[in-house]
Amino acid sequence: MSVSSKPSDNLLRMRRCCLAFAAGIVVLAGFLGYQVISKVPPLLHTPLMSGTNAISGISLVGSLVAAGAHYGLLSNVLGFVAVVAATINTVGGFLITDRMLRMFRRRPTDKP
Amino acid sequence: MNQAYIPIAYLIASVCFILTLQGLSSPKHARAGNALGSVGMLIAVVGTLLLKDIESFRFIVPGLIIGSLIGAAMSIWIPMTKMPERIALSHSFGGLAAALVGVVEYIHLGGAYLVDHRFIMGALALEVFLGFLTFTGSIMAFGKLQGLITGAPVTWKGQNGTNITMFLGALVLLVFVVLDPTRYLLFYLMGVLGLTVGILAVLPIGGADMPVVISLLNSYAGLASASTGFALGNPVLIIAGALDGTSGFLLSMKMSQAMNRSFANVLFGAFGTGDSAGADAGGAAAGGAAYNLATVDDAAGVLDAAQSLIVVPGYGMAVSQAQHATRELAQVLEGKGASVKYAVHPVAGRMPGHMNVLLAEANVPYDQIFDLDDINDEFARTDAVLVVGANDVVNPAAKDNPGSPIYGMPVFNVEQARAVIVLKRSVNTGFAGIENELFVRPNTMMVLGDAKKTLREFTTALKG
Repeated sequence: MSVSSKPSDNLLRMRRCCLAFAAGIVVLAGFLGYQVISKVPPLLHTPLMSGTNAISGISLVGSLVAAGAHYGLLSNVLGFVAVVAATINTVGGFLITDRMLRMFRRRPTDKP
Repeated sequence: MNQAYIPIAYLIASVCFILTLQGLSSPKHARAGNALGSVGMLIAVVGTLLLKDIESFRFIVPGLIIGSLIGAAMSIWIPMTKMPERIALSHSFGGLAAALVGVVEYIHLGGAYLVDHRFIMGALALEVFLGFLTFTGSIMAFGKLQGLITGAPVTWKGQNGTNITMFLGALVLLVFVVLDPTRYLLFYLMGVLGLTVGILAVLPIGGADMPVVISLLNSYAGLASASTGFALGNPVLIIAGALDGTSGFLLSMKMSQAMNRSFANVLFGAFGTGDSAGADAGGAAAGGAAYNLATVDDAAGVLDAAQSLIVVPGYGMAVSQAQHATRELAQVLEGKGASVKYAVHPVAGRMPGHMNVLLAEANVPYDQIFDLDDINDEFARTDAVLVVGANDVVNPAAKDNPGSPIYGMPVFNVEQARAVIVLKRSVNTGFAGIENELFVRPNTMMVLGDAKKTLREFTTALKG
């Protein structure tokens, strides 16, 4: 099997990004995440969890390739399952986070 | 077709995700941030669909439609009290997606190719192992929360040894697979071990420790996503995964701290079943006879006279869906001129922030809700405390009984208030299985029964 029958040039180029580069991204993102997330008050910890859940549904990006690329039927079917699972997380995650956040109010709206 | 824009789409998505988390620092901007996140996701997905690798949409379109329908239906109809279950399920979906993508990539790239790309192999193996572990672990957490599996720790002799051996065994397999990526059997065996470890690791963990477990599984799901990003060389996956992983890790740290316990203790401690727990607690309260059981009218009288009230909600409020009844009672008391505050412990309920969401659903303004540190000095100056289905977080044994399994856990000083009214389903011990000294104190009144019903009766008595 030649390399050209492997991932397309585009993906391959990204793959060649060296370990140090990828590690640099993860370290910086982790650091930034730490800074930003430690400012989230306990009040919003549940929306934080459902929100990050929705965000990590970004694995949908990988699932889409698995389901749609010319990888063979088995791979496409596994990819299909992954697409369903990841889509539930992204769509459901953003919607339910919004539903929760809508409820957080400062002043009573229905004072008797 | 020129695909140079795709990394740009991913970059925009990454920035949107970071702004989403930034928005969560205050309830004011949180909704806008969340909306921005969904826009980022849309950009990333559309960008991916335009990739030339994607040749056929016959699996993609049905997948997107089915997933969107299920996701939307779940988010519309799931009651807020069931949020921990919903989060546990979504961690399992996240883990499953990551693991499957890893398996597909492994099949596609093939061992021969991966021999020259060990870094990708390592990332793939990690992704598959963590993904499967998160998948079954989260299903187990869901089962425990939903009551499909007993919420009590399930333990047997040599359990921790078996679990640790299996975990280490999976890591050894991982190393072998990286050293020789053509060992397909070992790769799949590692995946199976991941599935098994997920089940076995969550079994011994009790319901009260769920906030830590859910946070930790959140972290694993994030790490699995980040590993996917490494394997695919996709920065947006790395960034989103790292954010998710950090968030889960930070939350589990905070939850452990709020229980004064280490990760190891939560994961391997099988809380509430040890012999010492039963023996030490025995001295605190010698059975139901010592409880000061009160009628609804007695307790309502105390509430009526109180000028200041602090409500301490716990998991029992979620079980009884009593958040609205709590708010109604509080409004009646506020109408009579009393000040009402809510004290929420970091580990109250079954996931971080569980109580806050329920109170928000019942229209409690969030400036009336206080954290442990902000309110703990106020109990001594408070006329009445209403404990709605909370137990361990109001147990004074955590402060003054070094033999108690929860000794050292920061708890509310409720016993310092002039009167404490505890709403409880029965006089059984809480989830941690520990007797609560608070219930036998002279200034404590216990009102047994369903919390929602009792609260409604209070409200009726106070209005009449």
